[in-house]
Amino acid sequence: MSSLVTRVRQKQIGQLIDAGKRLDGRGLGDYREIKLEQGLIERAEGSARVLLGKTEVLVGVKIETGEPFPDIPNEGVLTVNAELVPLASAAFEPGPPDENSIELARIVDRGIRESKALDTGKLCIEPGKNVFIVFVDVYVLNHDGNLIDASALAAVAALLNTKMPNYEIEDGEVKIKTGYTPLPMKSHPITVTLGKINDKLIVDPWLEEEQIMDARISMAINDEGNICAVQKGGAGYFTLQQIVEATKIVQEKAAELRKKLEW
Amino acid sequence: MNEKPEKLIDKKGYRLDGRKIDELRPVKIEVGVLSNADGSAYIEQGKNKILAAVFGPREMHPKHLSLPDRMVLRCRYHMAPFSVQERKSPAPSRREVELSKVIRESLEPSLFVDLYPRTGIDVFVEVLQADGGTRCASITAASLAIADAGIPMRDLVVACAAGKVDDTVVLDLMDTEDKAGVADVPVAFMPNLNAVTLLQMDGILTPEEFENAVNMAIEGCKKIYDLQKEALKTKYMNVKEEVEE
Repeated sequence: MSSLVTRVRQKQIGQLIDAGKRLDGRGLGDYREIKLEQGLIERAEGSARVLLGKTEVLVGVKIETGEPFPDIPNEGVLTVNAELVPLASAAFEPGPPDENSIELARIVDRGIRESKALDTGKLCIEPGKNVFIVFVDVYVLNHDGNLIDASALAAVAALLNTKMPNYEIEDGEVKIKTGYTPLPMKSHPITVTLGKINDKLIVDPWLEEEQIMDARISMAINDEGNICAVQKGGAGYFTLQQIVEATKIVQEKAAELRKKLEW
Repeated sequence: MNEKPEKLIDKKGYRLDGRKIDELRPVKIEVGVLSNADGSAYIEQGKNKILAAVFGPREMHPKHLSLPDRMVLRCRYHMAPFSVQERKSPAPSRREVELSKVIRESLEPSLFVDLYPRTGIDVFVEVLQADGGTRCASITAASLAIADAGIPMRDLVVACAAGKVDDTVVLDLMDTEDKAGVADVPVAFMPNLNAVTLLQMDGILTPEEFENAVNMAIEGCKKIYDLQKEALKTKYMNVKEEVEE
């Protein structure tokens, strides 16, 4: 991807980072201001909106019933999809999902799936025949960098906000009853992304930093502080020492975020 | 799908296929296997059988994708429909799109992209048979194919996975271990630059186990790196002999 940041600006960002500072006044290890709002789409079974600085992500959860995967007949199905909506950035185009939106969806998916956040075993209606399918749709509304963390956070918040329809089985048919129960959630994974600029690791890169950074690394951390998903991105590399350092920073930031958020 | 075996590691510390904890599967690499490609390589790692081909640097199609100041690396990772137990649709899946992206990003740091402005390099990877760890074997082969195409590189990129099976961190997971195991950590590495160019993980690991797995994967990478160099030498020493005759 070609950079839209001028050379002067690149140099300025780099020099500031060398001095441990950032253009928007943050320290290298600071997140932008995070705002979280849940349940704003009444039509959806669950929803959440995250503002990470100017980055805005809306996640809606829809629940349907359908057939399970044949190899796991007793479990409900989780699917995550991400849309880089054209109104979010001049760089987004309408059309089928490109590699960036697929990667984003799969990173969010892995964080939730691998931490076993959603107890899919409890989403089975009739083994092998009928289960709940949970659709998590990530909608990027404004792109100002670090879509990964914002989307992952909004996805978990939306799942926590989701109400599953009550049901009963009558003559082998599923009847939806009145009332709702919350989704069975077991963990609250938090994904933290670090960028690498001038061999320094920065937390929560915003758009301009994202466009000039060498590489990024994202890690999802579960409630116990263990790592449950990792993804390196970008055309650069990390040394082993930087990876170890990143693990420590991510742990710290995830714990900090977890405290700040009242789920 | 096969039933999950009770134990993936026996009491003596041997794995289902008789390997030790930190032992690689047998690796066979060959360079220059396709005559039409500018560079190519074939790798077998366990039951994995993977072909990689490189075309370029050449003019980009479509042209508007080319960049005025550098070359563009494109990469397609694709699995043959018959490469897995249940037939895979030949249309690219979301997994393949993601893997194509991370494989490209793992290879790009090894290239001097500004040496070839306005051009493109296409890397095509076909998985003919899959047995766990295909993305890593693909990177190992693709990097050799780039070298075989005579494109200048900072270093060969070599990849290998480590993971957690039962309670143990082990090297180079095969299909069964990957599916029934606790975690999988694929790593791509440039040994001369100490640079990790691909790092992914799924599963659950403590930070210590994660560091341990990354280290083990890097040790595995170094072993495969020797085989990579050996494979390049085998082809080009033969070429040299032919020329001298």
